[in-house]
Parts: sequence; C-alpha cells; structure tokens
Amino acid sequence: MKALILQIVVSLFDSFRDLAPIIAVIAFFQLVVLGQPIPNLLDMLWGMFLVLIGLTLFVQGLKLGLFPIGESLAWDFAAKGSLIWLLIFAFALGFGTTVAEPALIAVANEAANVAAVGGWISDEPAAREDYAYGLRITVALSVGAAIVIGVIRILRGFPIQNLIIIGYIGVVIMTFFAPPEIIGIAYDSGGVTTSTITVPLVAALGVGLASSIEGRNPMIDGFGLIAFASLTPMIFVMGYGALL
Amino acid sequence: MIDKLLSLWHTLLVTIWDILPIIIILVGSQVLLIRRPIANLPRVLLGFFFVLIGLTFFIEGLERALFPLGKLMAEQLTAPAFLGLDGSETSVDWTEFGWIYLFAATIGFSTTIAEPSLIAVAMKASEVSGGAIQPWGLRVAVAIGVAIGIALGAFRIITGTPLPYYIITGYVFVLIQTWYAPRTIVALAYDSGGVTTSTVTVPLVAALGLGLSSHIPGRNPMLDGFGLIAFASLFPMMTVMGYAQLSAWAARRAARAAEPASS
Repeated sequence: MKALILQIVVSLFDSFRDLAPIIAVIAFFQLVVLGQPIPNLLDMLWGMFLVLIGLTLFVQGLKLGLFPIGESLAWDFAAKGSLIWLLIFAFALGFGTTVAEPALIAVANEAANVAAVGGWISDEPAAREDYAYGLRITVALSVGAAIVIGVIRILRGFPIQNLIIIGYIGVVIMTFFAPPEIIGIAYDSGGVTTSTITVPLVAALGVGLASSIEGRNPMIDGFGLIAFASLTPMIFVMGYGALL
Repeated sequence: MIDKLLSLWHTLLVTIWDILPIIIILVGSQVLLIRRPIANLPRVLLGFFFVLIGLTFFIEGLERALFPLGKLMAEQLTAPAFLGLDGSETSVDWTEFGWIYLFAATIGFSTTIAEPSLIAVAMKASEVSGGAIQPWGLRVAVAIGVAIGIALGAFRIITGTPLPYYIITGYVFVLIQTWYAPRTIVALAYDSGGVTTSTVTVPLVAALGLGLSSHIPGRNPMLDGFGLIAFASLFPMMTVMGYAQLSAWAARRAARAAEPASS
C-alpha cells in the first residue's frame, strides 16, 4: 500500500512534467502574442487539476490492468494454439474498438457532408446518415482486417516494411481514383482510428505474442499492429469515396 | 459545484460507453475461449477502474480547461485582423505567417508530450528493449516529428499546394530511411505514426486547420482544412528512425573512442 502511494506521488510528478509544455505554450500565446488575460482562471485551474489526476490514474491503470491483460491473452492464445480463434479475436478487437470510436464518427459525418456538397449523394439527412454509417462500417472492417494481417505477420515473422510498402502503394493508387474532395479526410482518418485504450491493449497483445513464440523478437516483430491499423483506413475511405 | 459534478458524471458515462466494446470482447474471449481465471484478478480490475476514472478526469479536464482556450486561440491567431488581411487580397505571401508556424509547431510538440497512448507505447518499448529505448527520448522524438508535421501542414494550407504530393514524398523518404535504420526500431517507428494523434492533439489541430482554411483567401475549409493529422502521423516515423540512427551512431563513436584506450 505504501509502495503504491509512493508510486502515485512519483507518477503525479511525471504527469505534471508531461503537461507543463502545453501550459507554457498556451500561456505564452495568450499573454505575449495575443496580449490577453487568461479567461476563467479558476475554471482553468480546476480543469488542469482534473487532467493531472486523470493522466496519473490512467498510467497506473495501464500498468495494473491493460498491459497485463493484453499480454496474458496473448500467452493464453499462443498456449491454446488455436489460430482461428486468435484471428477472430484480433478481428473483433479491431472492428469492435473502431466502430464506436467518437473520432471516427466525427470524421464519417464530415465526409458525408463533403459528399453531399460534392453532389455524389442527395443532400438529405437520411442519405448522409447512410453514407456516414457505411463509411464507419468500412473503416471498422478495415481496422479489423489490419489487426488480423498484423497478427499473421507476427506469427510468420514477415518483415514489416514489405507489408507497409504494399500499403503505401495501395494508398498511392487509390489517391488517383478517389475524388479529390475525399483525399484530405481519408489521409486524416488513418490517424484518428486508434484510440487511447486500443493502443495499449494492441501493443501489449503484439509484444506478448512475439515473446511467446520462439524465434520472434518482441522489438522487431511485436510492434507494428498500430501501423497497419492506421494505414488501411486511408485506402478504404478513398475506396469508399471512389465507389459511391 | 453541482454543475461541475454533473458534467463529470456525464463524461464518465460517455467514457464507459466508449470502452464498453473492449470490455465485452475481453470478457467474452476470456470466458468463452480461454476459460482460465485471470491471474491477479483484483489487481487487474483495480487497473481497469483506474483507466476508466483516469480517462474520465483527463477528458473532462481537457474539455474544461484546454480545448476552449486552445480552439479560441487557433481562431484568433488565424483571424484576418491578426493576420493583417483586410479581405481584398487574392493571394498571400507564405512568409508572413511566422506566428502561425510557431503556434503549429509548439502546439503539436506539447500536445504530443501529453498524449496518453504515446506514453503507453513508450513504456512498453522501454520495457521490451530492456531500457535501450528511453521512454522520454522516444516521446521527444515523436513530438519533434509532430511539430515539424503540423508546421509543414500549416504551410501547405497557406500555400494551397496539393496534399498527396507531400504525403507521397514523405512515404518515399520513410522507405529510404527504413533501409538504413536499425532493424529493431522500424516497427516501433511505424507504430509511432499512428499513436501520436488522439485525445489531446486532434481537437486542437483540427481547430487550427479549420481556422486557417476559412480565413486564407482562396482556401476552402472543406478541401484544405484536412490533412494536418496526416502530416502529424507521417513525420514521427522519420524522427523516430532518425533518433535510433543517431543513438546507434553515437554508440559506435563511443565504442571507437574506447578502443585505443583499452588496447
């Protein structure tokens, strides 16, 4: 218990260090460049306090909960030796965590607006909703597929750059076929699909798998799942834009 | 006080809703497939509780303190009055936007340092590499990449040059650099592109892109407002590989310097 409290105090200090740059940047631009006072100072301080406590608890929770569960799942799946179930789990993890991701919902709605203004779909709420919903499902499928491909890569030990090159070529080819209006959104969608809880879990899963299989190096083979998950949405969003 | 607690409660519900699919998948696979009790279950549950409460506080605090001011700031810095535009210009000189580039770079750097998913990946990388990769070094390398990316992305919006040219050129660089980078860093570097942009970075950067593209003459927010996130996911790959190359080079130099002394 005492050790835990000490750990939390140290972690609180780390969180403060992590947040200091943001505070400095905002204060500098507000006070020096724009020459205005900080509005609602009391509210700001309350918010900063919440951010500080929140980050500290999150980091402790990673160590206690998310990392161990990700790794123990990887070991259990490897011990069970059932490839199919591992791949189904990988797909469910990618699909399930992406389909409800708030950032993706925002991007999908934005893309529907572009499509309506561009005149590919009729400018009615129902048509937009259909478009946005279809896009969300497409991206979630693509992230599920990405995690499956990434897990197969870890099991087989393929070099990551070969697969990434194929992905890049896919992005370049799709860029030629996609309507220009969708390209910016598509490129951005790669970055927003991986959420704060998915990332630690997927990282622990990859590293756990690579450590549990003989001949795999967790450093070389364990990482890379997130890279696939940020690449496939770009291709699929452009494909969706090109086909519909 | 009541409204503060109410809004905290609301954020808690939203966060629970967000992590519900993950909980279902984890519990489902544990109960249906693995059928083995989880080691240290109380500890793991405490961890999940910490993650839930931590994320709730974190998001609530950001939305209360940082996002409103940061977004307002992005608007003010890109407002025609601040930029010295009076609406009659048909084109702009990209060299006159020094504060914008500085804001883009510093906000990119500082939000990346505070990004929880990057903290997670850096912790994992340090553990896996046996401490060879320092969490702080990796995070600073990624943050520098995001800073360069967002600043260049702002430049692209101001000049109105096509996004694919930049991104495809970036890909070529990444692939060339992969050839020379130490093998152990490559996968981590590719991952760091995807993890940089989430909770903290995206809302502020999106506000910057939207503000810039709505106020610069000749830009359309719908066409030019996007793309900053893509830049922010591209450049960290280069800086992380660069960080590893620099460390490897420094280690080689140190080894060479030590050799004559020992023989």
